[in-house]
Amino acid sequence: MSAVSETPAPAYRGGSRSWRKLRSHRSALVGFVIVAFFVTVALLAPVLPIADPAATSWSAVRKAPSAEYLLGTDEIGRDIFSRMIWGARASLIAGVISVLLAVALGVPFGLVAGYFGGWIDQVVSRVTDALLAMPFLILAVALAAFLGPSLTNAMIAIGLAAMPIFVRLTRGQVLSVKTEDYVEGARAIGLTHFAIMLRYILPNVFAPVLVQATLTIATAIILEAALSFLGLGQQPPAPSWGSMLNVAKNFLTQAPWMAWWPGAAIFLVVLGFNLLGDGLRDALDPKET
Amino acid sequence: MLSFILRRLAIAVPTLILVSVFVFTLQKLLPGDPALILAGEDRDPAAIEFVREKYHLNEPIITQYAYWVQGVVQGDMGVSLRTNQPVLTLIGDKLPVTIQLAAMALIIAFVIGVPAGILSAVKKGTAIDYAANIVALSGLSIPNFWLGIMLILLVSVQLGWLPASGYESPFVDPLRSLETMIMPAFVLGTALAATLMRHTRSAMLGVLKADYVRTARAKGIREVPVILKHAFRNALLPIVTLTALLFGELLGGAVLTEQIFTIPGFGKLIVDAVFTRDYAVVQGVVLCAAAGVILVNLVADVLYFVVNPRMRASL
Repeated sequence: MSAVSETPAPAYRGGSRSWRKLRSHRSALVGFVIVAFFVTVALLAPVLPIADPAATSWSAVRKAPSAEYLLGTDEIGRDIFSRMIWGARASLIAGVISVLLAVALGVPFGLVAGYFGGWIDQVVSRVTDALLAMPFLILAVALAAFLGPSLTNAMIAIGLAAMPIFVRLTRGQVLSVKTEDYVEGARAIGLTHFAIMLRYILPNVFAPVLVQATLTIATAIILEAALSFLGLGQQPPAPSWGSMLNVAKNFLTQAPWMAWWPGAAIFLVVLGFNLLGDGLRDALDPKET
Repeated sequence: MLSFILRRLAIAVPTLILVSVFVFTLQKLLPGDPALILAGEDRDPAAIEFVREKYHLNEPIITQYAYWVQGVVQGDMGVSLRTNQPVLTLIGDKLPVTIQLAAMALIIAFVIGVPAGILSAVKKGTAIDYAANIVALSGLSIPNFWLGIMLILLVSVQLGWLPASGYESPFVDPLRSLETMIMPAFVLGTALAATLMRHTRSAMLGVLKADYVRTARAKGIREVPVILKHAFRNALLPIVTLTALLFGELLGGAVLTEQIFTIPGFGKLIVDAVFTRDYAVVQGVVLCAAAGVILVNLVADVLYFVVNPRMRASL
């Protein structure tokens, strides 16, 4: 049992090997580039030389894409190009923060449920089942309805709706490692439950949670756009791709370009996270060589 | 068999109870005095007092929950503030529309997803497999409300082939009903088709490696019957079970699809209720959706058990 102290995280070793695998994974690389592009654009939004996304102009209402307005203008003459760039912020922030919330709540619950078992596990599992029984979007719509429509509340709703995935994932992972020799060993040398969970079990959860989180960001971005599209997310006049589509659907015959770009951007960024997530899964899966 | 069903029920019932606790708690999230909110625009003190009495708002929260559940069990989910109709009646009226949409979407998803999955598994590693995977991943990544808008733009606005909105019952005018529903069903079906394709592919890949498939090939049976009769029949079981798990996704997707195509279903009901602050209706829809998901999963589990002799042997 001397191996116990030397290998605190046996399932996750050789990060460089995983990194090499990820880099050689062509579709993951494409995903990474797409995600990196949108993140950069979102971060640089305040310093980019673009029009004010909130500036209206009555002389430029619903102008088709041109040299002056790269992606056209909307129903009150705002520049769609700069609204797209600022909209990236809302989408990415909503995607990342809601998933962080889901992970921050889901992983500890899953850890405790899997580690202690018994009635704690029963309670956590039934609550998870109940949350999973409510369809993702319907639950998010209902939460947004009762909490009130805003981007913050949409993120809370999405985070709560996504939490069960992480409870289940973590719990399953804990169950598969808690009978391993090194965990038994840690218990034998008298470590506290907390220390065992933190040092010997949590590292095993890291890789699958990272993969799932990446894929869930994709879902969360679509969900935020869906809520904003329904008028329950980002409130006007703040730009968000979902709410831009909501307005655009009323002007389909006069200004179809208003609907083109926001949807295409959601599609691309979600595709990016999905590709990256699939690639991470292949790279971090210890079973596949 | 009976013990399996009982064990499954022992999980389903507490789940349903927890859902009801959750749905009940939703109304406690509302800021301010619930009596004021439930009384709606009518701020007459007598009306507020009436609401307070009616919903037992002066009593402890546990008692309030007990009264509420008692009502729900008897089919009383409250009354819509907007139309004054019982919530259950409203839901009952809208449900057939959503069921029609969901059923058509499911058929489309199967027709696209399953053959694509089989083909991609059989041709694993080829250009066909690669292309099918790209299409599936795109199907998963495309926001279906945008796909709907783009289809309206192309098919209704540009080509003028199909109506952009509206609904007709199939019992009144089947052709018109199909015309109004085919585009929404396609939009709702594509995301599911992508998931189904991935499930079918992985189920088929597992089965194609099995000994009996090798035996069938060794006996000289031609490839197509081997794939369809020996392999696919065995892959079908996990595919059907996974489809049951997609039921919730189908309901959630219907919310958006119905909104885009202005279809008067279950999903439009909840969105409209949100904007008219018709909270009893919102709660009713969430509760019914969750009950539906729990029921469908229960039935799928039992069916899986009935159809799969290996499960019975394991008892």
